Amino acid sequence: MAHGWEMQRDDSVVVIGQDVGANGGVFRATAGLQARFGSDRVQDTPLAEATIAGMAVGMSTHGLKPVAEIQFMGFIYPALDQIVNHMTRMRNRTRGRLTCPVVVRMPHGGGIHAPEHHSESTETLLCHIPGLRVVCPSSPARAYGLLLAAIRDPDPVIFLEPVRLYRAMRQEVADDGQALPLDRCFTLREGNDVTLVTWGAMTLETLRAAAELDAHGISAEVIDLATLSPIDSETILASVSKTGRLVIVHEAARNVGVGAEIAAIVAEHGLYDLHAPIQRVAGFDTIMPLFRLEHDYIPSVQRIVDAVQLTLAD
Amino acid sequence: MTTVAEFKIDYHQVLDPEGKLVARLPSFAEDVNEVVKMYEAMTRVRVFDTKAVNLQRTGQLGTYPPSLGHEATHIGVGAAMQPEDVLAPVYREFGTQLWRGVTMTEILKYWGGDESGNDFSGPRHDFAWCVPIATQTLHAAGAAMAFKVKREPRCALAYIGDGGTSEGAFYEALNLAGARKLPVVFVVVNNGWAISVPLKEQTATQTLAQKSIAAGIPGIQVDGNDVFAVRDVVSRALETARTGGGPCLIEALTYRLSDHTTADDASRYRSDDEVRTAWTTEPLLRTRKYLVNAGAWDDAKEAALLHDAAALVEAAVTEYLHLAKPSTDTMFDHLFAALPTHLQAQRATARAYATKPAPSKPGASKHSGS
Repeated sequence: MAHGWEMQRDDSVVVIGQDVGANGGVFRATAGLQARFGSDRVQDTPLAEATIAGMAVGMSTHGLKPVAEIQFMGFIYPALDQIVNHMTRMRNRTRGRLTCPVVVRMPHGGGIHAPEHHSESTETLLCHIPGLRVVCPSSPARAYGLLLAAIRDPDPVIFLEPVRLYRAMRQEVADDGQALPLDRCFTLREGNDVTLVTWGAMTLETLRAAAELDAHGISAEVIDLATLSPIDSETILASVSKTGRLVIVHEAARNVGVGAEIAAIVAEHGLYDLHAPIQRVAGFDTIMPLFRLEHDYIPSVQRIVDAVQLTLAD
Repeated sequence: MTTVAEFKIDYHQVLDPEGKLVARLPSFAEDVNEVVKMYEAMTRVRVFDTKAVNLQRTGQLGTYPPSLGHEATHIGVGAAMQPEDVLAPVYREFGTQLWRGVTMTEILKYWGGDESGNDFSGPRHDFAWCVPIATQTLHAAGAAMAFKVKREPRCALAYIGDGGTSEGAFYEALNLAGARKLPVVFVVVNNGWAISVPLKEQTATQTLAQKSIAAGIPGIQVDGNDVFAVRDVVSRALETARTGGGPCLIEALTYRLSDHTTADDASRYRSDDEVRTAWTTEPLLRTRKYLVNAGAWDDAKEAALLHDAAALVEAAVTEYLHLAKPSTDTMFDHLFAALPTHLQAQRATARAYATKPAPSKPGASKHSGS
């Protein structure tokens, strides 16, 4: 829907990727676009991720705004050479002469019984790259508003689409062309006792945990990080100064995860607001298992509740 | 069994190493002044190149990849392109850049350690140097895709080296260009050596031009030391691409007369004999012989050209050596269109701790990388 709005408004927006044309994308994200805008503006590419990212560099430096789909996050790696060495460096190394307004969309995370390599959450690799924005919506409305913002942004944006959310909820979304702000968190629920920071599909378990805690008289504030890089420190620090407790929840592996950066920001700027050590609830530092164990890998509501209880123990 | 597909690779040469015509004179060369112009440009590149190596040797330039021996390919390509076409260079094609209007000072600025050299006054739509091997071929294909979508009669041209043809990105670019019939031309500069690895160890293929065949696009081999043949072949390929005829792969056979870069010592892996033999077929010699035979060149003109080229290079070097050290702000100011908040703090830190400019000259040496 956001694609359609922006393609209608801006002739330079083109959609590229594998099976994005007649098939409308494996998750139907580009359904109907080729019929509406033609095969020049909605193009199936050869089955080659480096091609998708490399041609996006060439197209974006020469007047187009490609919205590129990588079919699953597990297949982003051949494209990283182009993303790290060119897409994110172009503006800097030409001092603004050439720029890459590109959105690279891809399904993110597990939980839908997918085959091997289709369920990983490796956003931390992307967040480490200078010159790149990494965005991850947590609802249809935020997907619409943030995707519009990403397409309108003059710099490269990675847009992670949590697979569990594609069909987890049905929500009426106004197709009004209203973008949401990038680089800002969204407070999904206000509370006073503990701050829960999360993003993407883990907002589901985190909001359920908050509801469960509420039944026990614990008031949890839930923040959707939304833009994973750069991080909106202000919103997180303001919340922690109010609650005095922080639990970070993410599906990705714990080691050097985005949660570690959030913990470091709060340790540097909000340590004296804390009444208890920061807790992280994350995927294990293991290979994402095949689907019979995937719900043992993805943090559960109970793990989140228990982590919050730890922060309240003293 | 029956044969279901057959292919051939043509080779094109106009001027032999003795400066004699071995094929019909291309129309652009009917005006001898045009040939003089190309010869002068090739000579200026060589004078510039010699000076740049010297600057590195004396600690006044970073690692530099000499273009000695490649002048005919680089100027032939430059002369064949239109200003509105897009160049995607590797990192050695100084001749093409200079022909297209990039200044010597800008080139020195980049190789002297300042990105702003890439913010050049040449065609503003040309790509900058591309160090990650073969990745630029996809940028050229992408730019060509943009021209196709926007219905603009423009072409992209990507250079790549012989070693680069082993990279996956090269095959992907050929494949994309063929599948979508893009207005793009790929020029493989086969100079025989990928740093220390000779072509026969790089690939078992008989020619690099034939690597186009699997992508369904035409390939042709050309004498890369023959500026007539290079310009002729590239002009025709660009014209075909510009008018909807699709892409082309051109293999230009030349020789790297110098080291891979100033950090390399080619005498470690190749013989003096090989290099001596290569000097007998180098590009300037045959062009000069042709011009002398045509009555358009003599010793006095040669002396004047060398004098003027030296003066031009000296002026650029003087300008380069007087450039101020860039501000630390430049690390931050072009990262995004608008700088995110946390980077504003880092920019202030960098400013507060900025090192002083080197006491002597900018672009200090001691580079050890390739």
